[in-house]
Amino acid sequence: MSQIIDVEHLNYRYPQQAADQLTLTDISFTVAAGEWVAIVGHNGSGKSTLAKNLNGLLAPVSGKITIDGQVLSEQTVWDIRRKIGMVFQNPDNQFVGATVEDDVAFSLENQGIPRDEMLSRVAEALAQVDMQDFATREPARLSGGQKQRVALAGMIAARPQILILDEATSMLDPEGRAEVLQTIRQMKADSDLTVLSITHDIDEAANANRVLVVNDGHLVEEGTPAEIFQHGPALIKMGLDMPYPERLKAALARLGVQVPATYLTEKGMADWLWQLRSNK
Amino acid sequence: MMSKLIFGRYIPGNSVIHHMDPRAKLLLSFYFIGIIFIANNWPTYVLLFAFTLLAIKLSGVKWSFFINGVKPLIWLILFTVVLQILFSASGGHVYLQWGIITISQFGLINGVYIFCRFVLIIFMSTLLTLTTPPLELSDAIEYLLMPLKVVHFPVYEVALMLSIALRFVPTLMDETEKIMNAQRARGVDFGEGNIFQQMRAIVPLLIPLFVSSFNRAEDLATAMEARGYQGGEGRSKYRILKWHGRDTWATVAFAALTVALVFLRA
Repeated sequence: MSQIIDVEHLNYRYPQQAADQLTLTDISFTVAAGEWVAIVGHNGSGKSTLAKNLNGLLAPVSGKITIDGQVLSEQTVWDIRRKIGMVFQNPDNQFVGATVEDDVAFSLENQGIPRDEMLSRVAEALAQVDMQDFATREPARLSGGQKQRVALAGMIAARPQILILDEATSMLDPEGRAEVLQTIRQMKADSDLTVLSITHDIDEAANANRVLVVNDGHLVEEGTPAEIFQHGPALIKMGLDMPYPERLKAALARLGVQVPATYLTEKGMADWLWQLRSNK
Repeated sequence: MMSKLIFGRYIPGNSVIHHMDPRAKLLLSFYFIGIIFIANNWPTYVLLFAFTLLAIKLSGVKWSFFINGVKPLIWLILFTVVLQILFSASGGHVYLQWGIITISQFGLINGVYIFCRFVLIIFMSTLLTLTTPPLELSDAIEYLLMPLKVVHFPVYEVALMLSIALRFVPTLMDETEKIMNAQRARGVDFGEGNIFQQMRAIVPLLIPLFVSSFNRAEDLATAMEARGYQGGEGRSKYRILKWHGRDTWATVAFAALTVALVFLRA
């Protein structure tokens, strides 16, 4: 299998940081074409910084990044950005268009693709994420999951080889998250897309062929999801989340609040919280 | 409440006016304001009113929206009319003279004309904003600014800024609502107390809103760059404006109106 992403000895430091502080230290890894790789790690471990280095949104201090045979440099950055589609965390803050179809067309407009081709590609992409009925809707009238599916449609229309999901499901409710993951699995099945997902979500990581664990700017572990998940409670240390209600319960328990032992959904948790005072 | 102020303006509809090219609507609305000044006697004003009312009828929008459009400006209009009546050059029969104040026949007639002009202008511009979605208006503005490219005015960029601004209005409204609720939960009263207390209550609202807007802008810029945005040059356009037969007919109607006005004016 050919390597579509090849990162060698990547070092990165934010401009405001001191010279001896690195956000990413000596990161090397490769991703094969068609592979699904999850990158997990704590907040601030450098996962997102790593993703932004891959398409030249941030420029490394040293190291070499090769995407599909092209070495990332100032000359190749726009070519490489065409090969990489990136979906970010906040559904609202990446919605550029005033309507759904405008947003899907945004990447195509940037590439200067003729209008006739845009029309067919946008319609096709919206059908693939099952949002064709919403083509003329404004983003304010969509749910978070729908907005992320529109973002994915934008990627489908632009036809990148690599899809990077930068915590793309972290701000969604469970249904939205499931919808988006289903869409990504579908996209992956339809083409030999390479997926790199940065995530806290254990379900999302479980979809991957391989999991990379980043801690404090270092690549500390690499393995199949099964290998990584064997670590049990140490997963939390790696930055994979317990479900949100469980975390809230743990935090409340630490403050001395008596919490129910059974598993609660987010809705159940909210109901329980409402009744907490009155039941006393 | 606030979102109604801005977006409640557009009334979705299926009339011939709704389907007109926004460029035609924008240009003809401005043109209309110009030709109002041709009118200087009763027949011309009657003709202008007939034309405006016909356009409103065609749009299928309820009359009350137009009356409501005049209401907030009524004091300004009346003030101007009163000034006109009291201080304009006298002529014809003089009804009252007291110091510099003169109420004359011409003054009165002029006052009524001015009132008509205001109402006509408000009706026509209300018709424009009620039947044209903001996004289409921004497209029209972009198109009409095109000649400025000669002097290196960044037309595409300004148009994109305008459409992003429009797109984020509801998002920021939602955010304001959220922050207000968060502040209410901490005991802040909005809309209570005297004007200074009310203004005070706004400050803890503005700061988080300001900070989050900057974060959003940062995120949006990153997302745009990741999607290959390199400025306006070399971009193709997904949304295009189409000039239809009805737009030509509307232009012809305005031309005919102009001819009739010139013919009828005193």
